[in-house]
Amino acid sequence: MKESQGIEKLQTYIPGLDLIADGGLPKGRTTLVAGTSGSAKTVFAAQFLAAGISQAEENGVFVTFEESPEAIRRNVKGFGWDIEQWEADGKWVFVDASPDPAEEVTIIGNYDFGGLLVRIEHAIRKNGAKRVAMDSVGTVFTRYSERATVRRELFRIIAALREIGVTAVLTAERNEEYGEIARFGVEEFVADNVIILRNSLEEEKRRRTIEILKFRGTYHQKGEWPFTVSSGKGIVVLPLSVIELNQSSTDQRVHSGNEELDKMCGGGFFRDSIILVSGATGSGKTLLATKFLAGGVARGEKALMLAFEESRPQLIRNSRGWGDDFAAMEQAGKLRIVCTYPETASLEEHLLEIKAAVEEFRPNRLAIDSLSALERMATAKGYREFIVGLTSFVKHGELVGLFTATTPTLLGGASVTESHISTMTDSIILLRYVEVYGDIRRGIVVIKMRGSGHEKEIREFTIDAQGMHIGRPFRGITGILSGNPIQASADEMERLDELFKTR
Amino acid sequence: MSKKYLLKLYITGRTPRSEQSIANLRIILERELDDEYELEVIDVLEKPQLAEDEKILATPTLIKKLPAPVRRLIGDLSDTEKVLLGLDLKRLE
Repeated sequence: MKESQGIEKLQTYIPGLDLIADGGLPKGRTTLVAGTSGSAKTVFAAQFLAAGISQAEENGVFVTFEESPEAIRRNVKGFGWDIEQWEADGKWVFVDASPDPAEEVTIIGNYDFGGLLVRIEHAIRKNGAKRVAMDSVGTVFTRYSERATVRRELFRIIAALREIGVTAVLTAERNEEYGEIARFGVEEFVADNVIILRNSLEEEKRRRTIEILKFRGTYHQKGEWPFTVSSGKGIVVLPLSVIELNQSSTDQRVHSGNEELDKMCGGGFFRDSIILVSGATGSGKTLLATKFLAGGVARGEKALMLAFEESRPQLIRNSRGWGDDFAAMEQAGKLRIVCTYPETASLEEHLLEIKAAVEEFRPNRLAIDSLSALERMATAKGYREFIVGLTSFVKHGELVGLFTATTPTLLGGASVTESHISTMTDSIILLRYVEVYGDIRRGIVVIKMRGSGHEKEIREFTIDAQGMHIGRPFRGITGILSGNPIQASADEMERLDELFKTR
Repeated sequence: MSKKYLLKLYITGRTPRSEQSIANLRIILERELDDEYELEVIDVLEKPQLAEDEKILATPTLIKKLPAPVRRLIGDLSDTEKVLLGLDLKRLE
């Protein structure tokens, strides 16, 4: 029988982790999880066991070196893990190796960790554990000053765990986010499999990432991946762009919310597409988003509005002003409006909330107004990751997504959002102010429509109590998109026509 | 009031280190306490649950239960002075 090339993986059931770990943690081995203080190591260790119990019927042993079992039970309740119940059911066993502050300990002569090893083995036998977590190893080094002895004994314990065949997670401290792997050179004896948790400060914002540094003998995704720690869920890794680009494309068209716009787009928007609507403040983006949603609801669809700039009362009032009754649609369960201040959570958390809202409400179409509000509060890297995660999620779910973005100048120019995400969107609609003989008029143009022909003309549109009315193209004006509209004279128009005339 | 010492020594199997610690201890106790002590030697390999109950990490571990306060000494007990200090059998001069 041919020996398999790679090492088998144990599915952890920690959301997102198994995807970047290409299946899970190396089975029957110990993986070192190193992180600075506050990087969620203990949560990881506890979740490794909790997920095993709740999703895979795999019992676990938690060896705690630092916190007392009581503290751990209390601290993880917020994630929905009832350790006490699992202990009563014989699924979770604690090995309490935490220090007793009341007791005085003196070290005289040579020793080993035979007692600890025996207790761990005993616990594993007691509940038939498949998973072991040990948290965290640095405290042992500070309590027992003989480093060589501690290293040797920990190595012995790890070897014993391998012998038994359990899959283990060992946490260790680090001093710096980007420095040596772990304190006390722990990585030297748990060298085979290393995961690093980071909680770094970038441009005044905290960013949690997980990196699989190495798995001996088996594949994993490289680099750092963002994750969140949220109540009720624990750690959720966001594997974003790993989601393969094999979404099937559809020819099915949906109503954009405005019939003229449908025409400009060659028949409407595609079902699983992302439309970016870009324009200056007040140029009609929210109106377009509102019409997009209302148009869907009118044709029997369910729509979800994620608003990061306006409040619910404002949106409902606006919608009424344009001839739609958002309040009634919500009542009827056809529309859901979610309003959030961007500053209340990290981008990763927002992404998770968006996913949760979609999974729960199951809309056919989704509008986000505006992406720029979210862009303000993240680093460039974080924002790009967010967009990748969002767009792949929307396409996966076969939704139509319309996102608005604000351009920084009134008359034109490109927004930063456009440059970031224009390659990922399928359609781009620009809304521009046009200055004409002392008047400010409005222009709309479709500049990209992947997979379809579309009108190239910049059309004028007006807004009234019935909404948006798209009219005729601007004739005789050049430079609208650059923000410098210039009336072309009749002569010039003729000359241009001549230039492009076919013989 | 009886000043009887109650001691428990936890070892991992009958290894040279275990035997060493037992031997070292007996010498000290015979000399200092004559008969006024009770020593229980517990092999954690045979009784893992007792190791769990007492939260034994390292072995050998000697626990002085009585008289109070409770003290733990870890190791082969090869340094007599330290053992005496650790068991409150000798005051620090």
